[in-house]
Amino acid sequence: MIELSHLEKRFQIGDQTVHALDDVSLRIEQGEYIAVMGPSGSGKSTLMNILGLLDRANSGDYILDGIHVSKLDEAERTRVRSEKIGFVFQSYHLVPRLTARENIELPMMLSGIPASQRKQTVDDVLGKLNLMDRAHHSPNQLSGGQRQRVAIGRAIVMKPSILLADEPTGNLDSKSGEGVTQLLESLNADGITLMVVTHDATLGARAHRQLNMLDGRIV
Amino acid sequence: MLWPDIVGFITHVLSRHRFRTIVLWVAIAIGVVAVNLLTALGEGAKSFVLKEFNVLGRNTLIVLPGKKETTGGMPPITGESPRPLTLKDAASVSRLSSVKAVAPIVVGNLEASYAGKIREVLTVGSSRDFFTIRQLNVAQGQMLPALDLDKSEAVCVIGNKLRQELFKNQSALGQWIRLADTRFRVIGVLKQGGTSFGFDMDDVIIIPVANAQSLFNVDGLFRLFTEVRIYQELDNVKRAIVELLKERHEGEEDITVISQDAMLSSVQEILDTLTIAVAGIASISMIVAGILIMNMMMITVSQRVKEIGLLKALGATSSTVRVLFLCEAGLIASMASVSGLLLSYLVILLANMYFSDIQFYSPWWAQCGSILLAVLFALLFSWLPAQRASTLSPVEALQGKQQKEMT
Repeated sequence: MIELSHLEKRFQIGDQTVHALDDVSLRIEQGEYIAVMGPSGSGKSTLMNILGLLDRANSGDYILDGIHVSKLDEAERTRVRSEKIGFVFQSYHLVPRLTARENIELPMMLSGIPASQRKQTVDDVLGKLNLMDRAHHSPNQLSGGQRQRVAIGRAIVMKPSILLADEPTGNLDSKSGEGVTQLLESLNADGITLMVVTHDATLGARAHRQLNMLDGRIV
Repeated sequence: MLWPDIVGFITHVLSRHRFRTIVLWVAIAIGVVAVNLLTALGEGAKSFVLKEFNVLGRNTLIVLPGKKETTGGMPPITGESPRPLTLKDAASVSRLSSVKAVAPIVVGNLEASYAGKIREVLTVGSSRDFFTIRQLNVAQGQMLPALDLDKSEAVCVIGNKLRQELFKNQSALGQWIRLADTRFRVIGVLKQGGTSFGFDMDDVIIIPVANAQSLFNVDGLFRLFTEVRIYQELDNVKRAIVELLKERHEGEEDITVISQDAMLSSVQEILDTLTIAVAGIASISMIVAGILIMNMMMITVSQRVKEIGLLKALGATSSTVRVLFLCEAGLIASMASVSGLLLSYLVILLANMYFSDIQFYSPWWAQCGSILLAVLFALLFSWLPAQRASTLSPVEALQGKQQKEMT
């Protein structure tokens, strides 16, 4: 469960202060499917980054599954992030020199899980995403849809409670985009909280709840 | 992140960026090779010089006329010519109970001629003991006869090169060589020995010391080699010789006695300093390699900003990122320095095969030092890039930005 209260985030651009988030309060239950929509510069990405513990708010409180994460130091935030939050990016962000399998394995490796324990979990994820036969391909040997599936695999390999997807279909054609959307929705059906940031109104409409943002506020 | 994973991750990076890896590898290996080879050169020169000095043996004392002051101060300007060291002095030294052998030395260049062939040759006047003290052996004939020091006899022992020059294939033994205006009968030919102490013992003629004194018209000796029976008594004998000759020279201490060890240790000190200086100069190449590492790592960090952001988003802490970059430099430095060490072994091996006179070798401290230095410099110089990587903000790094814009 996510609880945000009175979050503020300001950027200084030149001598102008921009309110990326302006007094945002929000409550998200476990297992919700939410679309965050709004024009560029409305604060969608900033909200995502703060929810994903990639960035800190200037003020306000953020409680994630009962933890006051705004009070944690960097190392603790990293640990919470790796255990509870999965990211899916518009441009996949796969490591090009690693195979699909190794890319999926990366978060487990970074959090110090020994190789022997990683194998089964990664096998399960590959099976679930229908990527078994692509496991040893490098990203540039995969299609866009396959790359995004690998990225989703990497996001869920640590069994997070929240999946944050930033324009997950933005670089895909409509067919692969549909496949990726269905995959995300099926993960949501299994109980994961899914939050999708998108410009795409049809994609946004599929979510159970829509948040429209404008000038750093939820409207 | 576990160590095997860190190593695996870095190996991936290194094999992916082959050009960068090779450049760093070569730079570090050159540094290590430079340190090892230059040190080997210094050590080779040292062992060569020490071998030259060693022909005298540890039990040898060298008595020189005149007092050599090593404490500084002005040398006497006028009037004081040193009292010569005479054959009588040598004879009295030889009567000391701990002295085994005494070889007085008189040297100079004279013209030696045989059957119309003339050659300028180094002439050494000495005694039979000279052969034992200098460890000289004869290939043909015999050594100088055991004469009283003040007795003359017209005999000589010649070096092998001189024999070839004057006699070609003819037998030299029993022939008469003319030296200045005196004729000497050849009674022995030295074994081929090479240069030592700056004297080419192949191109030399050795005659009894009394003959040499009359040929050169001198009373004094160039120096006096003394061999002591037991090494432990060296210092006592040294004092005894100083006392004895002081008494003989009317109470004036006007001679200098040096031991092989004293000479060796001062030479060794100079050569050690030289070796360390040379190794130090070679270490500069390590610093150059270090700066190259820093540059390359800086470029790597800029190129891999997005990856760093990703790693952080996926759960890598700042310290994990720092460790990854430091280990990358450390791993490449250790592999490159080991291969540099192997390469220097090879070069030293070849050099030793080619120059059989000089024994080149890289001492353990240079081997360990060069590797430690390479790894240390690699870590030191990659600290800054690693630090920069570890402090990148994940949000901006994911967007490919390096500069912080937030307030």
